[in-house]
Amino acid sequence: MTDTVAQPSVADAKAAPDTMAWDSGLRRLMMIYLPLSCFVLILLFPFYWMAITSFKPNAELMNYKEHNPFWITSPTLAHIKHLLFNTAYPRWLWTTMLVAIGSTTLSLIASTLAAYAIERLRFRGSPYVGLGIYLAYLVPPSILFIPLATVVVQFGLFDSPMALILVYPTFLVPFCTWLLIGYFKSIPYELEECALVDGATRLQILRRITLPLAVPGLISAGIFSFTLSWNEFIYALAFIQSGANKTVPVAILTELVTGDVYQWGALMAGSLLGSLPVAVFYSLFVDYYVSSLTGAVKE
Amino acid sequence: MSVTTLPPLALAPRQPSWLVRLFDYKPFLIVMCLAPAVGLLAVFLTYPLGLGIWLAFTDTTIGRKGVFVGFENFQYLLTDSLWWNAVFYSVLYTGIATFGKFALGFWLALLLNNHFPFKSLLRAIILLPWIVPTVLSALAFWWIYDPQFSIISYLLVDVLHWRSSNIDFLGSPWPARFSLIAANIWRGIPFVAISLLAGLQTISPSLYEAAMLDGASAWQRFRYITFPMMMPILAIVMTFSIIFTFTDFQLVYAITRGGPGNSTHLLATLAFQRGIAGGELGEGAAIAVSMIPFLVFATLFSYFGLARRKWQQGESND
Repeated sequence: MTDTVAQPSVADAKAAPDTMAWDSGLRRLMMIYLPLSCFVLILLFPFYWMAITSFKPNAELMNYKEHNPFWITSPTLAHIKHLLFNTAYPRWLWTTMLVAIGSTTLSLIASTLAAYAIERLRFRGSPYVGLGIYLAYLVPPSILFIPLATVVVQFGLFDSPMALILVYPTFLVPFCTWLLIGYFKSIPYELEECALVDGATRLQILRRITLPLAVPGLISAGIFSFTLSWNEFIYALAFIQSGANKTVPVAILTELVTGDVYQWGALMAGSLLGSLPVAVFYSLFVDYYVSSLTGAVKE
Repeated sequence: MSVTTLPPLALAPRQPSWLVRLFDYKPFLIVMCLAPAVGLLAVFLTYPLGLGIWLAFTDTTIGRKGVFVGFENFQYLLTDSLWWNAVFYSVLYTGIATFGKFALGFWLALLLNNHFPFKSLLRAIILLPWIVPTVLSALAFWWIYDPQFSIISYLLVDVLHWRSSNIDFLGSPWPARFSLIAANIWRGIPFVAISLLAGLQTISPSLYEAAMLDGASAWQRFRYITFPMMMPILAIVMTFSIIFTFTDFQLVYAITRGGPGNSTHLLATLAFQRGIAGGELGEGAAIAVSMIPFLVFATLFSYFGLARRKWQQGESND
């Protein structure tokens, strides 16, 4: 019933905006804004909860009868202070940053060269090499972590952040290569041909022409790699043993969760601080991020 | 003839060293360009994958080289109720979570495809659950599921008075299973929504205009235009989603570690418990390898089941 009545109204509203404006306005409210607000509310609530718990004194944290749990009456920095000064949290943050930057750099170099070779140097079988590298992305870390742990031990890298820097590219390189192949494809081949005719070497072409033009692609590949390596958990859990060398996600779970009484304030503060670098980094480049995810389809 | 002296001068810098010339030799350059990526993947992906399959047929433990034992590990797994449990929960977890993610993600994508103010800002913040490290948001869920101080219990008991007692989310098997699935869906919605939004934006508006002129209802337009046009991208995103949901580890490890009573073990967490924590590398590897058939089946099913539609509709395959 509503469909048959409302349907012409959409078409009519386009032709004569005033006549059915109220009807379509209400319809929009119910069909778009209301569900959208619910989605946003539910998707963001855990972060709000994480943030508010980080600043709540323990008395309010454990007492919903006298304090409204959704608000803080006397915010405190005690949890964050505890985290920064009584735990190795700064060290964990540093290690995570080091690992993320190291593996991102390594992956970007490897995948830029690979994408260049596959897309620009074109050789027999290059599509298959591309497909092979891409298929590597479909091999989940959950299958690999046990044999990889023995490989890491063989190489004498057990308990070293270096192991993570070398292992993370296995899931970063396929992704970045695939992303960069797409970017290289969008750069006109004629530009390189002109440079070749002018006598530039292949490496000069890569450095002076292709790379500068692929900067947006490099940035989005870099952001993806950084967030993915910041996020990684299972390898870091399996390969790192000593408390000081752990990455933030692993350390919070294995070092901060102790005993029967969880320190929720400190745990949430740790989660919040651990999420912030990624969130800040992401927000700086969010346009690249979203547009590369939405397939560079822009309005 | 002063002109003749010019070409040698101009050519002078064009006599590069043997190194530069070597890099201009295409086969060499190709090998050099591919070496880092292929090398990394060979050493840290292909070799471990092979090694993992080999380990699955040995009785290796931490600190002791194993010997080949044939199918013993797998025969043992078939009699192991915990393995069957993990298979059951992995399939259930993947099935319900994938369905939830795609139903809600598709809906969110359709909503985001409308015009409204602050659209790009909204798209940006909606991706947050996907950006933030899973373990850290899982910890937030753990706290949300706390038996005593759960905010959901507070809402249901003290605010809405719908229940008389707090829900013990993670204390017994079924509530724990569904709590984890809910957290997984929450985390997966943004990625599905943004990927499908990309697909939605490639559908030409003229198709909808033509359908509107023919008097198609909103549902008909969705059923006969949006849905079939989205099939290829749905197939790809779903294949990815199934692979990564089935092999999920972080969420379960962070929230329940397989408990209560081993009821929420996924194959990945069981493999970790046996292989790394328990030291039985061979058995752990066998559990990890036992995921492969499920993954292959799920991939083929989702990919061909959905992508098949593409050529049925007479579109070109690419």
